[in-house]
Amino acid sequence: MSAVKYTRDHEWVKIEGNTTTVGITDFAVQELGDLVYVELPVVGDEVRAGDRLAAVESVKAASDVFAPVSGEVVEVNEALEDEAGLLNESPMDEGWIARVEMSDPKELDALMERAEYDEFVKEATH
Amino acid sequence: MLELRKTPLYEAHVEAGGRIVDFGGWALPVQYTSILEEHRAVRERAGLFDVSHMGEIHLTGPDAMAFIQHLVTNDCSQMQVHQIVYSPMCYPDGGVVDDILVYRVCENAYWLVVNASNTDKDYEWIVRNASGYDVTVKNISSQVAQIAVQGPAAQTILQRNTNCDLDSIKFFWCAPETMIAERKCLVSRTGYTGEDGFEIYCKPEDARLIWDTLLESGRTDGLIPAGLGARDSLRFEAALPLYGHEISQDISPLQGNLGFFVKLGKSEFIGREALAAQKEQGLGSRVAGLELAGRGVPREGYPVVAEGREIGRITSGMFSPTFSKGLAMALISTEYARPGTELAIDIRGKAVPATVVKTPFYKKAYRKE
Repeated sequence: MSAVKYTRDHEWVKIEGNTTTVGITDFAVQELGDLVYVELPVVGDEVRAGDRLAAVESVKAASDVFAPVSGEVVEVNEALEDEAGLLNESPMDEGWIARVEMSDPKELDALMERAEYDEFVKEATH
Repeated sequence: MLELRKTPLYEAHVEAGGRIVDFGGWALPVQYTSILEEHRAVRERAGLFDVSHMGEIHLTGPDAMAFIQHLVTNDCSQMQVHQIVYSPMCYPDGGVVDDILVYRVCENAYWLVVNASNTDKDYEWIVRNASGYDVTVKNISSQVAQIAVQGPAAQTILQRNTNCDLDSIKFFWCAPETMIAERKCLVSRTGYTGEDGFEIYCKPEDARLIWDTLLESGRTDGLIPAGLGARDSLRFEAALPLYGHEISQDISPLQGNLGFFVKLGKSEFIGREALAAQKEQGLGSRVAGLELAGRGVPREGYPVVAEGREIGRITSGMFSPTFSKGLAMALISTEYARPGTELAIDIRGKAVPATVVKTPFYKKAYRKE
């Protein structure tokens, strides 16, 4: 069983036990346009929810990706180093950015479900 | 977005799915489908740009040429009818008011084509400096729309829609009263992409017809509409300066690598003394090209460091679509500006190695013959 939750900064978190996979949403990718570079975190990094986890860069601009939860980075998607375009092609799957071992699962309660996130996006773009 | 100004092609951009942004008060598309795709189309085939936001200032009168010589740093005195000259226009202290194109549209009338966001400032500056000259200055920007068709296929596409023999228009020359899609236009072989191409000046009410006709006619050649994003990445690779970045009120044309367009030996012009003094005393800093050796993307404002201290800042930087690497133009201390010099760029607190390289990054063989 896995669940996916969303942040107001347009990250998604897939939850499998204590391990989370983090990426940026389809909406974020559409807004950013062609992504050309991703700065990944380093395995072993300790992050706190709200810290900068990674950076994604389009032709036009650099944008921070924030850690949705606190914990330790246990894996990063190295495929993005050579092919940032994976983020455009498959933001919710092959374009995942990092896996974080949660230190405080209660933080998930602050995140949104998909329906809530869709509503949030609708309001933000209105 | 309610107060943004719209070009006559605004509806066309919306219908084509263009992502509209506020560009200096104008509602213009930053992209239609993808900046990378639009960039490649212009490098390999052709792209169509709405540049109607650009300003046009009309000068006429017996002293028009003498006045232009007073205003700009380049020497326009040898301009022939229908010729075009690029030039910075400076303040007395050598800072740049704007960089402009001077079109000699007929014997005694000139168009100054200026940056959109500078149009009002330029017009005021020009009028303020016109006293003592028998010249009439008019801001005709709202009566002129502009479409640029750029790329290796540009001429083939445009030729299908005009009786004018485009081979007769050389690089930096224009042909007024050219019929395109049966509408009267001024056409010049100019552009801001580093590719061969044309800029078409027309009446606002004719812009949509010309736009649609060219797009339809060029479809089989791979012509697509291109937005501001590609315009910027294309001009960047060609190292064409952008006002407010490589030149500005605080960055002189000499510092901005435009020394070729500053003719200190011609007659008097605004800024001449200051620029001559700069040249004499040394520039302190100037714009240089940088190529990132490590991973990352250099961005405007990032510090450039050498020997542990900041020696300048990036003025424009991006991940180059043509070369697939991080490239930048940066205003740096002249002692570090020689090609081959090893530097670093501070990217989010990390010093990433970079090398000074010659500009332009991208060079196309223009048709000049």
